[in-house]
Amino acid sequence: MITKRIIPCLDVKDGRVVKGVNFENLGDVASPVDMAKLYTNSGADELVFYDITASAEGRKLFTEILTETARNVFIPLTVGGGINSVADFDRVLKCGADKVSVNSGAIRNPAIITEAAKLYGDQCVVLSCDIKRVNGEFRVFARGGRDDTGMEAIEWIRRCVSMGAGEVVVNSIDTDGVKKGFDIEMLDAVCKAVSVPVIASGGAGSIDDFIELFRKVPTIDAGLAASIFHFGEVSIEDLKARMAQEGIPVRR
Amino acid sequence: MIAIIDYGVGNLFSLQSSLHEIGAEAVVTSDEQVIAEADRIILPGVGAYEDAARKLRETGMADVVRREAAAGKPLLGICLGMQLMFDVGYEYGEHEGLGLIHGAVKPISDVIPPDYKIPHIGWNALNIRQETPLFKYIKEGDYVYFVHSYYAADCDESVLATTEYGADLTAAAANGNVYGCQFHPEKSGTTGLNILRAFVEL
Repeated sequence: MITKRIIPCLDVKDGRVVKGVNFENLGDVASPVDMAKLYTNSGADELVFYDITASAEGRKLFTEILTETARNVFIPLTVGGGINSVADFDRVLKCGADKVSVNSGAIRNPAIITEAAKLYGDQCVVLSCDIKRVNGEFRVFARGGRDDTGMEAIEWIRRCVSMGAGEVVVNSIDTDGVKKGFDIEMLDAVCKAVSVPVIASGGAGSIDDFIELFRKVPTIDAGLAASIFHFGEVSIEDLKARMAQEGIPVRR
Repeated sequence: MIAIIDYGVGNLFSLQSSLHEIGAEAVVTSDEQVIAEADRIILPGVGAYEDAARKLRETGMADVVRREAAAGKPLLGICLGMQLMFDVGYEYGEHEGLGLIHGAVKPISDVIPPDYKIPHIGWNALNIRQETPLFKYIKEGDYVYFVHSYYAADCDESVLATTEYGADLTAAAANGNVYGCQFHPEKSGTTGLNILRAFVEL
């Protein structure tokens, strides 16, 4: 039976892991390579590396760190941040990424999804989407959650999947960093709309939040989080032990 | 030395890294001489069956792989590389494979319930069907990482392991010295490295 995946996300800036609360007040955590090894050994099913650097120098540091991680870690690696073209896909795939997530790059130029899917396969293209409620509808936000695009989120995700996105990461801006649980309503709506794997992001504060996610949205495939893993508030071993106890299929 | 066949399909970084991790010497190559001198061969592959089968033929690698397999050299196909070992692939049409393992590659949608997601992506358990040296370091129920929408069918005698995804799908198969894994051992943590280690010791 396919297992529910637990995915730590590492936001990387200038070669270091950081995590912000509501995308602001970024604080330094540790070496991405060390953290990746640590997570792999503690049972992480996959890792997401997010490049939040803007400078060319930072981007170079990121690809170096990615290469070093991919040499040492033998679970799937997804890379996102600053992906605006097929050349960007190529750059991170050559450093050992298995999947590439596009967010603002797809909003600016949706054709990038089809181009990349044709070249590397649907399984390689992950749509990442920052969503916030505005006037009672789910709205897509661009540029790390700063700009309201005016687009309705469910329709946008459907469209991206039909163009070739093989997986969707749904990040709720409303619950991100608040640590009061995943955005069950939003995730349920996305899961009902598409038939590709959906990864929940934003809001996990405890083991109970993951249990609630997998119970209330049984078709969700994975739960993603950052700071609660980085700061040791939730250990992946404990989380997976509890999932197994609760009868949720999990790799141990 | 392991020859990883280079025919312009897929990303070989992880495969090379994982072989390096277990101390195996490997080279990515399409040089017939190098392949002939290698003591085992890995055929990787990601993407579409038709495109990969055509590239294998156009680069001459199809003949080279068939010849080396016939000479008894251990051969491992991974993911699409495994599917190419079979007689035929039904992915957008009908395409000839290498014919090294009898069977046909068909859509998983033929056999899984309609509410199951496609592709089958994620970690799933191996149900071992046949004893094989390839599994000497792993056990029943160990998890490996899958990403696929097609599976090897009509190959009962060759099945080494299946995985349950609404139906029993072929996870690994073999015919003599020719092995194939539908999952990605290079992405399957310790279990995957242990399968590669066993292959290197064949």
